[in-house]
Amino acid sequence: MTKITSKVYINVGRFGVSMAPFLFIALVILRLFLSTLHNSKTKKMAHPADVQLLNKALSGIGVDEKSLISILTKTHHEHKRFIRKGCSQFFIEDERQFERWDDSAIKNLKVEFKRFKDAVMLSLMHPWERDARLLKKALKKGPQLYGVIVEIACTRSSDELLGARKAYHSLFERSIEEDLATHVKGTERKLLVALVSAYRYEGPKVKEDTAKSEAKELLQAINNRDKRKPIEDEEVIRILTTRSKPHLREVYQQYKKISGKTITEGLEAEILLKETIECLCTPHTYFTKVFETALREDANEDDKKALTRLVSTQEAGNLKGISDKFAHKIEERVKGAYKDVLLGVLAKGQMSGQA
Amino acid sequence: MATIDVPNQVSFLEDAEALRKACQGWGTDEKAIISVLGHRNAAQRKQIRLAYEELYQEDLIKRLESELSGDFERAVYRWILDPADRDAVLANVAIRKSSPDHHVIIEISCTRSPEELLAVRRAYQARYKHSLEEDVAAHTKGDIRTLLVVLVSAFRYDGEEINTRVANSEAKTLHDAIKDKAFNHEEVIRIMSTRSKMQLMATFNRYRDDQGTSITKNLPGASGDEFLLALRTAVRCLNDPKKYFEKVLRSSIKRTGTDEDGLTRVIVTRAEKDLKEIKDLYYKRNSVPLDQAVAKDTSGDYKAFLLTLLGKED
Repeated sequence: MTKITSKVYINVGRFGVSMAPFLFIALVILRLFLSTLHNSKTKKMAHPADVQLLNKALSGIGVDEKSLISILTKTHHEHKRFIRKGCSQFFIEDERQFERWDDSAIKNLKVEFKRFKDAVMLSLMHPWERDARLLKKALKKGPQLYGVIVEIACTRSSDELLGARKAYHSLFERSIEEDLATHVKGTERKLLVALVSAYRYEGPKVKEDTAKSEAKELLQAINNRDKRKPIEDEEVIRILTTRSKPHLREVYQQYKKISGKTITEGLEAEILLKETIECLCTPHTYFTKVFETALREDANEDDKKALTRLVSTQEAGNLKGISDKFAHKIEERVKGAYKDVLLGVLAKGQMSGQA
Repeated sequence: MATIDVPNQVSFLEDAEALRKACQGWGTDEKAIISVLGHRNAAQRKQIRLAYEELYQEDLIKRLESELSGDFERAVYRWILDPADRDAVLANVAIRKSSPDHHVIIEISCTRSPEELLAVRRAYQARYKHSLEEDVAAHTKGDIRTLLVVLVSAFRYDGEEINTRVANSEAKTLHDAIKDKAFNHEEVIRIMSTRSKMQLMATFNRYRDDQGTSITKNLPGASGDEFLLALRTAVRCLNDPKKYFEKVLRSSIKRTGTDEDGLTRVIVTRAEKDLKEIKDLYYKRNSVPLDQAVAKDTSGDYKAFLLTLLGKED
């Protein structure tokens, strides 16, 4: 009995060393090893990669639904905690010791998730209702969206614009002219009301002489812009808001002939007038510009909304060529179902080959 | 209510034949023309033109233009056109005068319904290859241009809903502008050219309640200011079109003013609409039936045609 003691001796050279501490340490190490084995079975990916994936899925235009699904279905609550800790752009440390969604991130997510829904609704709407609603929204929002009013008034056909005015009656029980005239103050009122009320002749007949003389009038008004703003010149307004589009395109050409510049070059300071002319005379340039602005890094929400508006309101043919130019950017900046819609509509334009 | 007397049964082929017969040979049987066309509504007249075209490969209008002359021809020409086309022609004639007839343009844009005005604009484009607003703008200047172009481009809401708060505030706006003699004020033009007709009537009523007189009394008609005159016309057309038309007839018959075409224009354009009420108003105002006044003031086939449109029995 006395031979069996708790002390075990190992002969390590000349020294006898107690085995007990080594055994203890070995057991601890074994335990740690086993627990890590257990953990790695439940985690398919390393924490940092998940955080990165979430960041990527929720930043940009639209959301990457597929990535989100994969993250959500493969995590359990421990894992989610790591994500919350890791995604500082979405979660902040609350003073009561828990990780909370950042309010501005919530706002942003609402906007991004809504994009696909808006694209669906807008695309399915009758063009008249769509334009009436877009006009109302632009009017309500104020001067920073007056460009949308110009876009709609100038890029629709005469009958499409008329239809939008009718739909406006039905939806809002007022005429668009009424609301515009009531809410728009200043020099822009005349231009916007006139643009929206126009029922332009759509035939090809153009009088070259008249176009020449009206080009001269525009040149004069633009040269005088330091003395009087072109938007306040009644001849400028008359020409831009009553003449037919073919006529205006001829005026555009004549202007270039006599001055060596384009009309828009002289109107850099007058954004609405510039846009009016672009939409009426060179719509493809205008659409390209809108796309470009929307896909920039520093694009604001209004800029980005233009994407939905353009693909759901323009005939794909009008956006021809834009697909090639921006496909790369779209792949980079746009995500998920919304990206598919954008690319799909643009591709349709390519296939139909309409100019 | 309409004044023309239309028979129950109508055969367009027979009508076309009768008109053809009336135009054949030496001279023209104006009475036959009046007895057919003077008793057909717009839809029927259109069918007759189509039947005539099919039977004789000729445009009835062109034929009549060549056969008839003077006031009678002008009246028949306007009568036989589609209402929208007719208004387009009237507008174009008014615009092209060396001194444009603003009141005709105002009359058309303010007394027709929004849909009718739209139809006029389409018809104008089809006929003249320009938009109506284009031509109006190109032939006018300044404040008058601003007013006419917006009136002609308006597509007013045509519902019954009115906003009393807006009526009150806009009545006040109009009052202030009139008081300051700032008639061409942007707000005045805005209100007049964009509000729905029901809304405007509410505004004018409110004005009358507040000021004790109707707004037209405060827009002097005798001044030489053409913008003021135009504004006054617009208000009268929007406020009480029948009363306005009565005045046009009265002035035309009495030869006051310069609207020579007024008699033809009002009778032809209102015969299928509200000429009956206008007749009643005329009698009330002048104690003489309109028929009698017209008979005294005109003669020949022109007289016979106008009286037929006024509902006289053959």
